Amino acid sequence: MTKTGFIVANLFRKKTRTILTILSVIMAFLLFGLLQSLNSIFSSGADFIGATRLMTQARVSFTTPLPIGIVPKLESVPGVARVAYSQWFGGIWQTNTQVFTFAVDPTRYHDAYPEWVMPEEQWKSFANTRTAMVAGKNVADKYGWKVGQKIPLSSNIFPQKNGSKAWAFDLVGVFDGKDENWKKQANQVLINYGYFSEANQFVKDRANFFIVKLTSDADAATVSKTIDGMFENSPDETKTQTEKDFNLSFVKQIGDIGLIVRWILFAVFFTLLLVVGNTMAQSVRERVPELAVLKTLGFSDGSVLGFVLAEAVALCLVGGVIGLLLATLLGAAVEKGTGGQFQLTINGLIWAIGIATILVMSVAVGLLPALRARRLKIVDALAGR
Amino acid sequence: MSESMVQIRSVTKTYERGKQKVEVLHGLSLEIPKGDFVALMGPSGSGKTTLLNLIGGLDQPTSGEVNVGGKRIDQLSSGQLANWRAHNVGFVFQFYNLMPVLTAEANVELPLLLTRLPAAQRKKNVAVALQVVGLSDRARHKPKELSGGQEQRVAIARALVSDPQLLVCDEPTGDLDRKTADEILGLLQVLNREHGKTIVMVTHDPKAAEFARRTLHLEKGQLLEQVAA
Repeated sequence: MTKTGFIVANLFRKKTRTILTILSVIMAFLLFGLLQSLNSIFSSGADFIGATRLMTQARVSFTTPLPIGIVPKLESVPGVARVAYSQWFGGIWQTNTQVFTFAVDPTRYHDAYPEWVMPEEQWKSFANTRTAMVAGKNVADKYGWKVGQKIPLSSNIFPQKNGSKAWAFDLVGVFDGKDENWKKQANQVLINYGYFSEANQFVKDRANFFIVKLTSDADAATVSKTIDGMFENSPDETKTQTEKDFNLSFVKQIGDIGLIVRWILFAVFFTLLLVVGNTMAQSVRERVPELAVLKTLGFSDGSVLGFVLAEAVALCLVGGVIGLLLATLLGAAVEKGTGGQFQLTINGLIWAIGIATILVMSVAVGLLPALRARRLKIVDALAGR
Repeated sequence: MSESMVQIRSVTKTYERGKQKVEVLHGLSLEIPKGDFVALMGPSGSGKTTLLNLIGGLDQPTSGEVNVGGKRIDQLSSGQLANWRAHNVGFVFQFYNLMPVLTAEANVELPLLLTRLPAAQRKKNVAVALQVVGLSDRARHKPKELSGGQEQRVAIARALVSDPQLLVCDEPTGDLDRKTADEILGLLQVLNREHGKTIVMVTHDPKAAEFARRTLHLEKGQLLEQVAA
């Protein structure tokens, strides 16, 4: 027998209680891993995007479209290479499947986004066909769309002038990302803005977003300040930010994900502290005479403290590591299952935070019972006082 | 048997019970030679267990000197005392106090975890100790699978395994029937006579005391007469 063997034996003196406690630790750390991963998705924006583009929208909200007539003004700002615009269409495929659909000026969009790769003749066809549509590869693959097909989409937000919500577009191209990161983002559908603007009931010559492509030597902060300054006190006041910040603020429409995640985890770990803490306290309480015997045999106060603390560490470590492993496997499965669209990656940082949390939690739940064990007076403990 | 194993000089022990101070031992002096087997008898509250705890280094006197095996233990710190106990004294309790999660052999091995003996040597020592108490065939059994007498034998093996010169036994047969108690007392007698262990045993049972070489009577924290067996 070794000291480790003794610790393990003590840990499993009440098997059911220990297994249930470990299960609760596993669940907490599974949740921790997945939520941390989710949080990092929302807080990272899209790091690979860089700062070569700015996004301009109405100062009040991007749901208030700005006139596309501001494009020449935007392009006159020093540091601006090209401006594209994009209007949310809100396409519905078949019965109730949302497809991220935007109405864009094909040529300008192509110029602004060299990261989207598609044969040039398809770009031309997109620009020259009034009812054209191009689809991201992930969408086309998912729904089995082929170039040349007519794709019916409906829009609850933008009915046609005749009142019909049904639209039909000609799929003239399928675009993909230039690299792995961009490939994972090829989940949207683009339609020709000219057709959309003429045919819909509500929006004409206005767009939600203006994508401002910068020259290589431009300073993003200066350009965005200049743009917003130009439209100050006008009916179309603007808000300009980097594309990454824009993505982050877009996500935060849902709510402060980080804060929500932190609160959920706080609740989970607080409950866990009570559960594991109670297990440890109970475990020490019910073997006070045994701990006194250990001291009688010659184990020092520090050794006895160490035994109890080691039990707490073992309990939390086993549950925590299994929980993080499960989160890693589940995250990988989700990523694989969604074709990389939902990257629930439990990376090294999450593991490091997880292990640190395990250690802090071990001390938090183990220290008080361990100190109690350390302070035990042999004579009193043996006499049951 | 002339060399002293235990020398106690003018020891007092006072406990605080709430606001009240209770003096349990009043200037007690005692000498136990090496190889002796002493039974401590007396009514409840006479200070038997307190005296035993002082001899075993489980407690410190309020005043006076406690020398065991030539070492003055009343001046040792808590850590030093723990280390001294690990190497110099074996304990046997009324209710055996075995670790229920460990097998008999693991229970016996427990004190050896405090030594630097390699695992193989520890195993050999455990086997010898279990053989001495006649429980080699129950080595893999957990305490709940043993009878009371067998549990006490395991406890004696645990007390013996690190080869201490002094065994301190607090009512070792208090929880056993007469026949089993006699077997255990016989075993202690063998350890005393054949293995030279000095034994100090607290008991209420006059028949148990008959197995000792002599009996000391305590009353109200003071020693009365000594009776030789």
